[in-house]
Amino acid sequence: MTKQVNQVKQAGLNVRERFDDMIRSSIGIKKWRSIKGFLRIIPFLIFIFAFEYVPLLGWLYAFCDFKPGQSWNTLNWVGLKHFQRFFTDGDVFRVLRNTLVMNLMELLITPVPVLFAIFFNDIRSKKVKKVVQTITTMPHFISWIIVFGLSQAIFDANGLLNQVIKLFGGTPSPFGLMGDGDHVWIFQVLLGLWKGLGWSTIVYMAAITGLDQELYDAAKVDGANKVQTIRYITIPGIAPTYLVLLIMKVSRLLSSGFDQYYQFYNSLVADKIEVLEYYVYRLSFSGQQYSFGIAVGILQSLVAIILLFITNAIARKIRGSSIV
Amino acid sequence: MNNKELKVFGKDISDVLWEIVKDVLLVLFVFICVYPFYYVIIYSLSDPQLASRGVYFWPRGFTLQNFKEVLGLGDLGHAFLVSVTRTVLGTLVTVLCTTLLAYQVTKDFWGRKVCYRFIIITMYTGGGLIPWYLVMTAYGFTNSFLAYIVPGAVAAGNMILVKTFIEQLPASLEESAAIEGAGFYTTFFKIIIPLSKPIIATIAVYRMVSQWNSWKDNYFLNSKKSLMTMQLVLRNYLTQAQKLANMMADENNIMAEDLLLQSTVTPESVRMTAVVVTMLPIMLVYPFAQKYFTKGIMMGAVKG
Repeated sequence: MTKQVNQVKQAGLNVRERFDDMIRSSIGIKKWRSIKGFLRIIPFLIFIFAFEYVPLLGWLYAFCDFKPGQSWNTLNWVGLKHFQRFFTDGDVFRVLRNTLVMNLMELLITPVPVLFAIFFNDIRSKKVKKVVQTITTMPHFISWIIVFGLSQAIFDANGLLNQVIKLFGGTPSPFGLMGDGDHVWIFQVLLGLWKGLGWSTIVYMAAITGLDQELYDAAKVDGANKVQTIRYITIPGIAPTYLVLLIMKVSRLLSSGFDQYYQFYNSLVADKIEVLEYYVYRLSFSGQQYSFGIAVGILQSLVAIILLFITNAIARKIRGSSIV
Repeated sequence: MNNKELKVFGKDISDVLWEIVKDVLLVLFVFICVYPFYYVIIYSLSDPQLASRGVYFWPRGFTLQNFKEVLGLGDLGHAFLVSVTRTVLGTLVTVLCTTLLAYQVTKDFWGRKVCYRFIIITMYTGGGLIPWYLVMTAYGFTNSFLAYIVPGAVAAGNMILVKTFIEQLPASLEESAAIEGAGFYTTFFKIIIPLSKPIIATIAVYRMVSQWNSWKDNYFLNSKKSLMTMQLVLRNYLTQAQKLANMMADENNIMAEDLLLQSTVTPESVRMTAVVVTMLPIMLVYPFAQKYFTKGIMMGAVKG
């Protein structure tokens, strides 16, 4: 049995080899290898086209009144109607305000990871440094659903925070922080900071490690104290890295990510927590307004590109070199 | 040095202040990173009734009852299996496909530059939630396990990491393999993969975490009960814990005679236990995988 199989295999190999030889002799080995390489990559290209490029074609739906299940030839093309609605809809203003306020607050706290990177770098014991880094990057790797669960444990109406407040004789807020409409923005921004701070420091730590050690030695000889070394060597040294990350962040001024706001959305805070992504989701999946949802997504991408170019131009003016 | 005169224990006052501020903030930060995790763990290990009166540093009335109850609910046990399966299979598929593609683009072939750009551009584009949803449903990835595996099989960002790594491997190894008569796939499996272990570990670890944490594919595409993953089941627990606690209380009443010492679970204890069960796998793997995460972000930073 195995002998037969082997024979068949051998025959197959022979056919393949003969085919290979035939082509090789007609177009040359180098060219054949080059074409083979291309043939091998075709399945990947098809895959990437199907999963990355076809969704972009979905943007065309923004220019018609699309209902799920509708076929191409029955589409009702409406031009820029959905884009115009973006600028006239009253809801958009509120959603845009939430998005902008929270993103601007996040921009204001971008120096915090820099500060903590300097702190981390200042830890003398290597072991302690590693433990601290491991602990503080942990929140980055858990899902927003788990963050929501942890948050419920602590900030719920009868969560830990309110228990502690009661313990000390204070009056706890009746619905907990997650149902507190007055502090939604700062609460969400701080949650984001908690989740991302440890992770964001890693890039800055790398930048600090890459700085010229001789500068520090020279500063020491000149009698500079620690705060002065940080002020005049470390901070200017990592400023370029900071600027790059800042530009990327500015370009995402209208993007918030869906996960966080989906988890923390509830009727008590709905007015203030709804960001563009959630708005798109709500209109599309409970309002069946897919076309408008896609139009909002396109506008977000356009704004991101424009902001990227503007901030990059400003950075070039200031630093004399472009970043992107 | 204008502040040279101000000295405390032979040190500049600004330095002393710096040390104090640094230590206080560091300790505070580490504490708020650790404590939430610690809190849900001790809560889940406490007797529900005692815990509702406050747990702070240590479990109150240590018990594993909560875990028994929550895992006994059935859907969580099954969801755990689905999550593990998707994580293992999804990671394998992604690693294999990404590494293969990366190896191919290190070679010269007809139209290489165009193909490479075609792949790289996808790092900067994205259709958004709705087009993604429409396309996935059009391809038939609804109520199908494949929705967890196939769409993320190749990612441009990971591909670049592996490609950069393969390119700096010594070319002589591949050449000698070719002289020995090894074909493309033999070279790939016998030479490239073993040599690329560090970078493969890095992308595998990233993929594992994103697979484990993924919930949108489940939420938007798979509504079938047998395809529910941990994350979404946890979310349902978090939003409907009261209902579940009542359900369990009912069950307990029926079997109350046998279970005299049975303590009634509270919505809080159900939620916290479900959180612990969902985050534990990541927390257990994480300390060992951490060095790969750091490696990944460093390499990502220089990939330009």
